[in-house]
Amino acid sequence: MRKLLFQGLTRSPLTEAAPTQAELAALARDLDRTAQARLGHSLSIREVDAGSCNGCELEIHALGNAFYDLERFGLRFVASPRHADVLLVTGPVTLNMREALVRTYDATPNPKWVVAAGTCALGDGVFADSYACEKGGVAAVLNVDLVIPGCPPTPIDLLKGLLALMERPAV
Amino acid sequence: MAVFAELSRQGKQMAAHRPCPRILVEEEAWRAAAAVLAEGKLTLLGLWGDGQAVHMALLEDGPDEDPGKFSSTRCETLVLTLACPLGSFPSVGAVHAPAIRLERAIRDLFALIPRGLPDERPWLDHGRWRLEHPLSSTPGERLKPAPVAYPFLPAEGEGLHQIPVGPVHAGIIEPGHFRFNASGETVVRLEERLGYTHKGIESLMAGASLETAACLAGRVSGDSTVAYSLAFAQAVEAALDLSVPPRAVYLRALMAELERLANHLGDIGAICNDAAFAMMLAQCGVLRERVLRAAHEVFGHRLMMDRILPGGVTVDLTPAGATRIRELLASIRAVFPALADLYDKTASLQDRTSGTGIVAPALACRFGAGGYIGRASGRSFDTRRHLAYPPYDTLAFEVPTFFEGDVNARIWVRIREAEQSLSLIEQSLDNLPRDNLARDDRLQVSVTDIGETREGLALVEGFRGDILVSVRIDAGGRIERCHLRDPSWFQWPLLEVAIEGNIVADFPLCNKSFNCSYSGPDM
Ligand code: SF4
Repeated sequence: MRKLLFQGLTRSPLTEAAPTQAELAALARDLDRTAQARLGHSLSIREVDAGSCNGCELEIHALGNAFYDLERFGLRFVASPRHADVLLVTGPVTLNMREALVRTYDATPNPKWVVAAGTCALGDGVFADSYACEKGGVAAVLNVDLVIPGCPPTPIDLLKGLLALMERPAV
Repeated sequence: MAVFAELSRQGKQMAAHRPCPRILVEEEAWRAAAAVLAEGKLTLLGLWGDGQAVHMALLEDGPDEDPGKFSSTRCETLVLTLACPLGSFPSVGAVHAPAIRLERAIRDLFALIPRGLPDERPWLDHGRWRLEHPLSSTPGERLKPAPVAYPFLPAEGEGLHQIPVGPVHAGIIEPGHFRFNASGETVVRLEERLGYTHKGIESLMAGASLETAACLAGRVSGDSTVAYSLAFAQAVEAALDLSVPPRAVYLRALMAELERLANHLGDIGAICNDAAFAMMLAQCGVLRERVLRAAHEVFGHRLMMDRILPGGVTVDLTPAGATRIRELLASIRAVFPALADLYDKTASLQDRTSGTGIVAPALACRFGAGGYIGRASGRSFDTRRHLAYPPYDTLAFEVPTFFEGDVNARIWVRIREAEQSLSLIEQSLDNLPRDNLARDDRLQVSVTDIGETREGLALVEGFRGDILVSVRIDAGGRIERCHLRDPSWFQWPLLEVAIEGNIVADFPLCNKSFNCSYSGPDM
């Protein structure tokens, strides 16, 4: 173990350069400017799987690996909605998960923001026409502040989306 | 195949089901099959509804094999069908517990009543859908969707307390509810309640084109998208009697093994992390990311979604891509042995994983638990070996099997399987047929309407275990009925057993070592 740890000290880090401001600005375009102003520069995120296929979760997980290292941006995932500023919601919102999603939202203190990640959450996924899913994805249930498309969105897509939340509006 | 021969004699073989026979039986033979399952002479592979009928897929091994040990030449499958004109059928779950949840799901979806099933509670239907019995011939509109009361099984005794967990969990994982009954910190009973991610996939499948259906199949469980796409494709190809171009066959195996490798790496790290050994998560997370990046560069998608379609594959491997994958293998081989060694030599970690969350071999056999859960408990079954499909019949690999049945054994199966996958990826590259590159059909044969109804069955080894897909295609080439059975149907119940007598605080560790799918069995 010592050898592995030493190697870690001597090798250059794997972590990627942060996305450019221009890339983020494009994503933040639709975001409410006042929301941006209030969000500040450090965010706690609670992930809610509202019936996803688990593909989106895998990529959200990847944000924590050494390549993306989400926490260097002051973003972190928390275990309870009570500690969260942002709900990151995936999946088509199955009717069996609808109430749990709403309750998680209600348990999150104000001010709070909702990010819908993945084609399903946006309401245009392959499950959208099912008897078991909400029509219109997350937006049918909660007020969505930012969307991150993709099936699943890549970690870079997710990272850009989340960083866009923290971008202060260019005045 | 003594049992299969006997069962087949009692019914009528239906035409157009491939590759194994499908036998239409009467109730007596259905009951007989249930009894043979209960005796342990057959393994239940699946049980699903279909309009006013139920189907049961069975596995039979050679007569004198030891339990858990399978013969690579003598395993066979058979499907039994029972018509239920009166809306009910004799419950298999009444005598063979692995069928219970499947039958509860059949009742919810098809309104077919499993007669004698002791558990009256719904499974997938939480009372919230817009339809009642959505897959029955006459689904009823549900005017007032409302949650149904769900009494959990009781546990009685002095000082017992309940801990409800979920459906929203603390980590970034899928939703489900766990109800613990604990005495102090010891778990007396765990009961799972699932179905939260039910998306109605099989109803979306009905009437879909093959392309749409393939897209859905690849999204039943995103972590196994390659395996599901492959299982669906193979079922369609069996039904339509298509032969896939040899190059595509090897590319499929290449992708399937990359997926297995990525998942095992992720799991090994995540399990160790749940035993508070974060370094393994960091190291394995890097390796997993390297696999996904290579997949993205070579095949155009990190999880390789939608790369396998009925008839073949949609992407080719360029020479540069092959080099990229060989570099990936080298980079993993340079680090992985040291990580396995680190796991092996860290006593504080082993202290958490050894002897924790034990599944007895007899139980793994009875439930037909596949993947690392079965193989950590002495059940060596692997469809790549025992119901071999190309190209695995030409590749050399081992099926690592352990007998302790604890978290430690489940980690070792994954470590050994990851090593096997590295070798299988290399063999797929070495053996990749270099046929005439000018031919369009070298990757995918076209799928044409066959002009009659056809049925196909396929079993494919995903990283969690065997995925079963049964498909019926109508004369116009559309899906009439498609059932996709996730390996976790037969694994979730074992988690309830594994945690009994362990401390509540070890549940995350046990659960992660199972890493069952929610989305897959929720359908
Ligand atoms: S967007 Fe794609 S990956 Fe995400 S849940 Fe939907 S199907 Fe799965």
